[in-house]
Amino acid sequence: MNHLRAATSGGEASPPEELAPLLQQCALGDERAFAQVYDLVSPRIFGLVKRIIRDPAQSEEVTQEAFLEIWRQAARFDPARGSALAWIMTIAHRRAVDRVRSAEATHTRDIEYGHRHHAVEYDSTSEVVQSRLDAQRVRKAMAGLTETQRQAIELAYFKGCTHTEVATMLGVPLGTAKSRVRDGLIRLRDTIGGER
Amino acid sequence: MSDVHALSGAYALDAVTDIERQQFERHLTGCEICTEEVASLREAVSELSALTAEEPPPELRGSVLAAIGETRQLPPRVGSPSRPARRTPRRLLVAAAAAAVVVGGVGVGVTRPWQDETGSGQVVSLADRVLRADDAQRVTQEFEDGAKATVVRSPSLGRAVLVTSDMPPAPKGHSYVVWLQQGDDMVNAGSMARSPDQTVLLEGDASTASAAGVTVETDPDAEDATTDELVALFPF
Repeated sequence: MNHLRAATSGGEASPPEELAPLLQQCALGDERAFAQVYDLVSPRIFGLVKRIIRDPAQSEEVTQEAFLEIWRQAARFDPARGSALAWIMTIAHRRAVDRVRSAEATHTRDIEYGHRHHAVEYDSTSEVVQSRLDAQRVRKAMAGLTETQRQAIELAYFKGCTHTEVATMLGVPLGTAKSRVRDGLIRLRDTIGGER
Repeated sequence: MSDVHALSGAYALDAVTDIERQQFERHLTGCEICTEEVASLREAVSELSALTAEEPPPELRGSVLAAIGETRQLPPRVGSPSRPARRTPRRLLVAAAAAAVVVGGVGVGVTRPWQDETGSGQVVSLADRVLRADDAQRVTQEFEDGAKATVVRSPSLGRAVLVTSDMPPAPKGHSYVVWLQQGDDMVNAGSMARSPDQTVLLEGDASTASAAGVTVETDPDAEDATTDELVALFPF
């Protein structure tokens, strides 16, 4: 895992190396360090949450919840187990997914809609400048995946689908969906890691 | 169980149900390879957020920063998180009782009121907040004798509350002890008072727990459950 951490901190435009020390400051109750963390990662968190939830008001709410969770759990971040960004985004993604799934528990998820609209549009006009370089790099890595790998990852990550739902939407057996997701992520990891 | 390792990708993407997550996390505690793989995949997954980055509305910043001023932080986890097998390894709540056991027996034993170090006023209000939380998740168990128990968990507050109605008291000399499943460990989350209708705030971080369970114990402060027999099970 060490090589990965080294890799993720090397990019020009990714959240800088100070994210981990800042989180550790937060763990000591340092609110100013937390404000810096907010400034570094709020576009990523808000953008992701909004992509999943869509509704802007709810997205703000969930973004705030995610930040409170980061604040609450800061002492439990362990740099030996992964990067600060991965730790933060895991919390944020989980929050957003929990929100859509609990909302959808009362309605049946509209799988057909998802099937017709699974393409994720990356060219959001509001995309922030500082992450453009990162985005280009990731977009390139995504382009290196097979179509099903890419679709499976997008449905899971940007729509909050479970792998069972992904299988239904793509019309593939469950085991296939599972392995597409895993193979795709492994390739993505190796491409992103290798390019730095 | 088929190839559980294959779930690492879906798990790293949160593309699993709560039950699959619990199962896989149980697997992770004993599988170094998957743990490493999940960590490395999560690094890649976190990069995907560059694709959708978008500045939040400026007023959100002030709102978040004001809110953290009122939010208590959790202490660090002490001790090694992936502790080797305990005396009775993998006494897993989820693997145990699929069906609830009917609670029998009446009797007036030692009264062990809910232990409350912080003052009941605060406990009630925190319990209330959990019950009313937007993200509150409820798991209910109904018993044949009409008793009902519900665990309400709020991941954002990190706490869970047990609400019982018409619950018969534990057998004489025993208490109901509530446990939170944290990884492979069942952690004592408190004991219940003897009244049939209660609202009990569970001790411990409920946001990381995979389930709550209730056993009958002679020692309400027991560090380990002495039985695998669950009175009630609440998978999250």
